Amino acid sequence: MKYDVVIIGGGINGCSLAYQLSKRGLKVALFERDYICSGATGRCGAGIRQQWSTEENIILARESVKIFKNLSKELGEDIGFRQGGYLIAVHDKKELKDAEERVALQKSLGVDVRIIDKDEIRSIAPILDPDGMRAIAATFCPTDGHADPFKTTFAYVKSARKHGTDIFTHSEVKKIVKERSRVKGVIVNDKNIKADYVINAAGAWSKKVAKLAGIEIPNTPLRKEAIVTERLKRIFDCMVISFKDGIYFSQQNEGQILGGIPGPDERTGYFFQPTFSFLQHMARTLTRYAPVLKHIKILRHWTGFYDVSPDARPIIGEDPNVKGFIHCHGFSGHGFMLSPMVTKILSEYIADGKDSEYLHSLSIERFKGKKIKREMSVVG
Amino acid sequence: MSRKIVCRCEDIDEEEIIKAIEEGYTDFEELRKILRIGMGPCQGRTCIPLVLKILAKKTGKKVEDLNKPSFRPPVIPITLGSLSGEDE
Repeated sequence: MKYDVVIIGGGINGCSLAYQLSKRGLKVALFERDYICSGATGRCGAGIRQQWSTEENIILARESVKIFKNLSKELGEDIGFRQGGYLIAVHDKKELKDAEERVALQKSLGVDVRIIDKDEIRSIAPILDPDGMRAIAATFCPTDGHADPFKTTFAYVKSARKHGTDIFTHSEVKKIVKERSRVKGVIVNDKNIKADYVINAAGAWSKKVAKLAGIEIPNTPLRKEAIVTERLKRIFDCMVISFKDGIYFSQQNEGQILGGIPGPDERTGYFFQPTFSFLQHMARTLTRYAPVLKHIKILRHWTGFYDVSPDARPIIGEDPNVKGFIHCHGFSGHGFMLSPMVTKILSEYIADGKDSEYLHSLSIERFKGKKIKREMSVVG
Repeated sequence: MSRKIVCRCEDIDEEEIIKAIEEGYTDFEELRKILRIGMGPCQGRTCIPLVLKILAKKTGKKVEDLNKPSFRPPVIPITLGSLSGEDE
């Protein structure tokens, strides 16, 4: 079998790439070692945020929002996109100063964002207790939002299939075939699959996939935990987050409240077991932010992984040493929200040879002896 | 004809499950994520065996060969107040 492109990973980025590349006329195969959405995509909060500290992330997120807005129409399936805003707690004077700088940068790039006081926090989300949050203010962007991660990924899969993509689940890529310094394909289920390009969109497993091509990448899998409550009628629209406490939570489309926080026993590596220490820490912090929620029951608690890069920014583009090997990983917890724009850039590069400044600034080469600019606005 | 309810929490019937399988959602976890079966208050106690049976029949596999859903804590729903150590 011969394909133009083989994609490794059936999460949001892999499935979006499959759709975009096959739509552009390329013959695409996607291999997922488990089921579609089995990794971080199916375990994430699926928030969509434009409030970042680095210019690249702000622009990538801003452009991604534009794509998300039209995506239900484009794919012909409802992806559950909703713009309820993101409210980011500001806890002290130092944070306020940082927030002012970030808001100025975000505004200069065309993002609708402002600093709000405690009264406005209460009016935007009446369940919040600014004193319990220990907040002196917040930043708020009304065009930030959410989409259903399952619906979005499955909608991409459906459209990709219509455009001729072959999707193989429960199929683990065991080898990446190279000739000199170029990829030639992959070996899956003892079959040799030829391809001109191989894309690593394996999320927390991207380090292992890169190794198959003899490439070392500086990513670390980091266990994250999340909870979801029973369904409630709609009581607030925005995602609430805090960089200091690390908490994030929002009310999903069906009414359940989903959230997470860095747990006391957070560790790197592939550990799927949920921890009780997380559960207690999450419950305490969440009920401090929104005391009324103490009456609400949690239904489920699970783990997932961030694929963390050294500067918490994605690593994208063609490998400088192995031609045809495309990086699309290191999203550090932000793969869902950045996927529309990142996958567009990569698809245009592969299908049309189109260059983009982000393929340089977010290239794997940025870690070589240079000073890196870290994304500071990370939660969860 | 009356509906054959499979997942009571999310109000999903047999026909909807069969339709989803025919659309290509052939892993239990994929069905769960697209239909939200087993995600309600009972956490799949009623529907999981039923869905697995339908899935086995439709895909021609044995139930024991199918991917089983992972059980996730807590065993029964518990309030955030109790978890944080407060009296209700």
